[in-house]
Amino acid sequence: MARTCPFQPPGRYAELRATTPIAPARVWDGSRTWLITKQEHTRALLADSRVRINPARLPRLSPADGEAEATRSLLTLDAPDHGTLRRVFIPEFTVRRVRTMRPGVERIVDGLLDRFGTLDRPADLVAELALPMSTLVICDLLGVPYEDHAFFQSRSERATRLMGDDESVTALLELRDYLDRLITTKSEATTPDEGVIGTLATQGLRTGGLTHADVLDNAVLLLAAGHETSAAMTALSVLTLLQHPDAWQELAEDPALMPNAVEELLRYLSVADGLRRSAAADIELDGHTIRAGDGLIFLLASGNRDEDVFPSPDAFDIHRPARQHVAFGYGPHQCLGQNLARLELEVTLSAVLRRLPGLRLAADVDALRVKEDSAIFGLHELPVTW
Amino acid sequence: MRVRIARELCVGAGQCERSAPEVFAQDDSGLSRALVQAPGAEQWPAVHEAADLCPVGAVLVAAGRAAADDRRETS
Repeated sequence: MARTCPFQPPGRYAELRATTPIAPARVWDGSRTWLITKQEHTRALLADSRVRINPARLPRLSPADGEAEATRSLLTLDAPDHGTLRRVFIPEFTVRRVRTMRPGVERIVDGLLDRFGTLDRPADLVAELALPMSTLVICDLLGVPYEDHAFFQSRSERATRLMGDDESVTALLELRDYLDRLITTKSEATTPDEGVIGTLATQGLRTGGLTHADVLDNAVLLLAAGHETSAAMTALSVLTLLQHPDAWQELAEDPALMPNAVEELLRYLSVADGLRRSAAADIELDGHTIRAGDGLIFLLASGNRDEDVFPSPDAFDIHRPARQHVAFGYGPHQCLGQNLARLELEVTLSAVLRRLPGLRLAADVDALRVKEDSAIFGLHELPVTW
Repeated sequence: MRVRIARELCVGAGQCERSAPEVFAQDDSGLSRALVQAPGAEQWPAVHEAADLCPVGAVLVAAGRAAADDRRETS
């Protein structure tokens, strides 16, 4: 079910929620999987210890899918190993720690917006703001040289394509090789490195019980997950606000509305959709029996349009209570970087409203190219003028 | 109302601190702690939101007093 509209999930989601919210399906190799579209079921199952993330058991979306996943990362381990590993990373992403990153993110965004005065118009907001913002932020945090951004942006974009092929496997391997060398350099460095990868490569390897491979697997994940998602959300958020001038105006006049507006954007846009898990035991749910070994696919964009949780779910409303969305997933794997993502969105959108008050779309909405084949939904470009 | 955080379940998402910063906070390890054990009534809506949003059910809320035999309660 491909998503072709920037704002609306595939039409079948609403139909499934209404008729078969726990829907049996077959993936390409014939194995049974279940499509979960209601938020209640999504939360119950993602927090259930019988529901596992072990990649060997996940429903595969294509023959190449899963081939390069023999890793030990936050996205491939189950309890108890996952909890042990996650605790190594948690201190870097707490609410308090992320708050200290605000001035740095503001500097990055201001630097990028300073350049807008010299750009030819129309300009592409993805290439000139959304992508460099999220990439600079994650490079700073991880300690990855920004000069290499063209390389890892292209590789992670290929590696996160939904229908994996040889090209995406190669891209992932290239990304791993790159970070492999970076970790080796950092672990041999005599001067301490303040980035997360440097910290892990020194303290994590020496005292934290991590192996070189552990650091590598998770560095790949943090780098790829860290910039694609925030870039996609940023560009789609600007587009959404351009389509809702009343919301734009209100937010420009009252910046205190921004945090809730960000929650509503996360709910409404749901860029990370289709989380996959498998059942490790039989699970009874609402009259269905999910058998041990069955796959599970959580359509988060559907859970975020669930009428039982969000009245008039297809309406974009920056005043609605939106925090109960599952845009960051749910359960023990809920997004580690969620507070950083919120900060990036708040800072970037506030700065756009303040500094580019006359911003407008320089293309037809219907003509915008969307990443319908990517695990992270987003826009290829967003032509704007001001 | 009594509140506690089940530290062994906590995954450091920070949802409880975001909902009720006067009641919960992440410590240096990133795991959350209850700053007060019996929050005032003005905090109850925020506490309920924190319990609802915690992705792993680690925010334990009891009317009156917390269940003494719940071994998960560590902070």
